[in-house]
Amino acid sequence: MTEEFKIEIVNPEKSFLVKEDVLEVVVPAFEGEMGILKDHISIISFLKPGIIKVFSKSGDENYYVEDGIIEFKNNNLSILTSTIFSVTDLDKSKQGDLLKKAEAEASKSEISDQAKYLADQKVEVLRSIN
Amino acid sequence: MASLDDLKKRIASVKSTQKITKAMKMVAAAKLRRAQESAERGRPYSEKMNNIILNLSNGISDKENAPKLLSGTGENKVHLCVVMTSDRGLCGGFNSNIIKKAKSYFSKILNEGKQLKIITVGSKGNDQLKRVYGDKIIENISFKESKNANYFDADKVGKIIIEKFEAGEFDICTIFYNQFKNVITQLPQAQQIIPLNNEDDHNNSDESYEFEPDEDEILSNLLPKNISTQIFKAMLENSASEQGSRMSAMDNATRNAGEMVDKLTIEYNRSRQAAITKELIEIISGAESL
Repeated sequence: MTEEFKIEIVNPEKSFLVKEDVLEVVVPAFEGEMGILKDHISIISFLKPGIIKVFSKSGDENYYVEDGIIEFKNNNLSILTSTIFSVTDLDKSKQGDLLKKAEAEASKSEISDQAKYLADQKVEVLRSIN
Repeated sequence: MASLDDLKKRIASVKSTQKITKAMKMVAAAKLRRAQESAERGRPYSEKMNNIILNLSNGISDKENAPKLLSGTGENKVHLCVVMTSDRGLCGGFNSNIIKKAKSYFSKILNEGKQLKIITVGSKGNDQLKRVYGDKIIENISFKESKNANYFDADKVGKIIIEKFEAGEFDICTIFYNQFKNVITQLPQAQQIIPLNNEDDHNNSDESYEFEPDEDEILSNLLPKNISTQIFKAMLENSASEQGSRMSAMDNATRNAGEMVDKLTIEYNRSRQAAITKELIEIISGAESL
């Protein structure tokens, strides 16, 4: 029996990634990291800033996301996100830009607790990529 | 009858107009392909988003306490209409069609004695609406600087709408845009986005989902995103429609200019011939009288 399932990452502009031979995906769900294997129960959850790790037969890939929703159903994993970058493509300057933006956001005083939490997360994750 | 010189000048001017419309048509055709592609590529996102929301709203147990973006404020007094048009003209009936659709909706609402607020996206719509509904327009957004429709812009519009909704400024929100069917046909659409109208397409899957965190929290996080997504979808459809509409309008203009050149050329030749004949008659009758 195969242990593979299908992943589809979509952003508003296009279908970002489609893969059929995925073994495991780790997503930064809002309440903590979550690993998804084949035959996981149907689930809907949303993401906080973090790294999506895709383990597949054709190689492992990491993606940085800022937000998103995931839906897993019938061994189809759909991830909808508005900001996603492949970690390998993320060069220093771009990462610096994102980090600066996140830091500026985090240092704002008048934002809500949740927004602050999310901004802090962004900073933390972006620093850890270094 | 116009003099030969005048005719010559007119032919030259019509010809140069034809060159311009032809060039515009080519540009529109090239842009159309790109716009159409991105409209098609953008579809999965909004479809998936819709699906998830559908599944979520089916799963929600307590309909009374559902988020307001889904169920509405329970009132039906103030309507917000977001009219999405282009920033540029010369695209045939593209803008007028949206405006026509929007205006008929406006008068229906006003006849029912409800309050109307308008947000225009794109300067052409603002130009056409401000004469009649100037006092109703509360905001005009224009993305002249951005070349292609992008999600960032859509998100900005979405945030404005949500902000106003949370401030209790309106009860029902409808967006107007042109749906791209093909190059010749664009369908003006009125789509209600707040409260979400899912009545007609209930899927009866008894699929049970696990939610993390619970449904309400996901929904309240997802619905604002859905607004931006719907707006983005409308922007993509609009930009494809705009280019399509411009292309067919410019195609028509080029053809009309061609016809006009033909007609003017015939007229020019005819009057040139008439002038020659007249001169000949004068010479002959002059010779005869000697």
